[in-house]
Amino acid sequence: MKKINRRTWLSGATTAAVAIAQTATGKAVQVGVPIEQFWSDDPTKQPGTPPSQVGTRSPFEKLVKSPSEISSRTPLQDLHGILTPSDLHFERHHNGVPAIDPAKHELLIHGMVDKPLVFTLADLKRFPSVSRIAFLECSGNFRTGKETLSPQDICGLTSQSEWTGVSLATLFREVGVKPGARWFLAEGGDAALMTRSIPVQKGWDDAIIAYAQNGEALRPEQGYPVRLFLPGWEGNTSIKWLRRLELGDAPWQTREETSKYTEAVGDGKIRQFSFDIDARSIITFPAYPAPVQRGWIEIRGLAWSGRGTIERVEVSADAGKSWQVATLQQPVLDKAHTRFRLLWHWNGDETEIMSRAIDSTGYVQPTFRQLLDARGGNSGYHMNPITAWQIKRDGRVLHRPETR
Amino acid sequence: MVGLMVSFRPMARVSLTSSAQTRSLDTIPTPVRFGFGRPVTATELTRLDIDVQPDGKGLPAGAGTAVQGKVIFAVKCAACHGTGGTGGLGGALVTTSMTTTAVVGKRPDKTIGTYWPYATTVFDYIRRAMPFNEPGSLTDEEVYHLTAYLLHANGIIDEKATITAQTLPKVVMPAQKLFIPDDRRGGPEIR
Repeated sequence: MKKINRRTWLSGATTAAVAIAQTATGKAVQVGVPIEQFWSDDPTKQPGTPPSQVGTRSPFEKLVKSPSEISSRTPLQDLHGILTPSDLHFERHHNGVPAIDPAKHELLIHGMVDKPLVFTLADLKRFPSVSRIAFLECSGNFRTGKETLSPQDICGLTSQSEWTGVSLATLFREVGVKPGARWFLAEGGDAALMTRSIPVQKGWDDAIIAYAQNGEALRPEQGYPVRLFLPGWEGNTSIKWLRRLELGDAPWQTREETSKYTEAVGDGKIRQFSFDIDARSIITFPAYPAPVQRGWIEIRGLAWSGRGTIERVEVSADAGKSWQVATLQQPVLDKAHTRFRLLWHWNGDETEIMSRAIDSTGYVQPTFRQLLDARGGNSGYHMNPITAWQIKRDGRVLHRPETR
Repeated sequence: MVGLMVSFRPMARVSLTSSAQTRSLDTIPTPVRFGFGRPVTATELTRLDIDVQPDGKGLPAGAGTAVQGKVIFAVKCAACHGTGGTGGLGGALVTTSMTTTAVVGKRPDKTIGTYWPYATTVFDYIRRAMPFNEPGSLTDEEVYHLTAYLLHANGIIDEKATITAQTLPKVVMPAQKLFIPDDRRGGPEIR
């Protein structure tokens, strides 16, 4: 039996990498303990760790987002099912994550309303609550250009959670939105004071003022303590750290809905208020960087649409020459990541695999070329092309960069 | 089970459970108003309601000129946006041959002259979010000066023009005619 430090064992360590050791004064301090010291050759021959306050991942699981200066991407290739662990939900913010004391945070609703009101977080939690599992995707979620890109690199700015909060329609009734109100401004309490104009109808339809994600309070990088959540719409509109809603009769034309989050669509025209996320899918296995072995392979991936449910996902294992209908894992939810899978026998020949999503409106996920043809070039935002993976003879899996 | 639940939560909400025993209580109507929240004070509104609309609503008192804005820009903005706003870590704000020349693998910078449809957005955005390392630190007067400077540097207003709550909404931006609403509708069409 491998020796294990008794103090480490007694401590009730919640991870192998961090354990609690007793100092001479009896004060608990956290110290790093190498995994090798902690791990046993035979876990059946020694008692395990006692119960903990907060569970953690196995030290063998190295799940990390990939941060840049402005965002951090979900490791789609490492995840199963349809829910994104909250700490792996992608991040995009425009001047950092603010430190907000929930006791001091309030939401003001004013403008074209009968009765402007300020709600504390406690007030918001008193209203009838709603929960919904839905994806959230940044409309700038597309990278290409080289073979060594993983699903995380290509489209890691999409994640899925169960969001809980109060229906915005409930708050609209509380303040008495005036009939002439057509738009509302949502404003965050971060250093960017992020603002977007949203049609009032979306507020009545399905908007949520969310204070919880996957059963607990929102993560700070997801808008703690309260955010707007607009199912199916580009992520930027779901304003985080929400502090104010103002009702009005026209859009505000904020910087984020004019010089950003708008796309060139040919003839010099720029498309604005492109809220809905069109249907998209990506195979997350096999995918770069994990190699595969010949024989049976379950092709797995995610499909989603901001316009409804996923009707069907088709997979090609012969570079797009033929397509097979994949199995959709239940639940298949409205405006939600849907898991698909297809059993495939790889004979070892070089090939390309790819998937395309079809949603409940009849929209078929386009190729890169179709998007370029429709928009006169790469529009930057709302790029949802079919993603293809090259399978090499030696089992390497590489992205196939889209070409004109 | 229901009895247990009621003993723990005697106040309300039993009506919202779906068990057969309590379903009859679901007929309690949802009130139009719950009476939660409190009225906003005038002070709070002044502090929070800082947005500016394309028609000029929300613009504060004050006036700015390009000449004075140029000095402020050099001190507070040029570090990120380059000398004269011609490009840097924070992107170019002013249209030059550098921003209009296509470079392979790089999208041209969207400048205020080529891509911003409303002049009021310039004021609103600078006031709420700039400078990046010290957001919200500029006075309204400074924001007017910077707005005037950037509009002039992009060739949109005359150097002598004064930007105020009355004149700013009247500035017509070159890019305004380019903007169209979303034309995607779902269904089989790719747009």
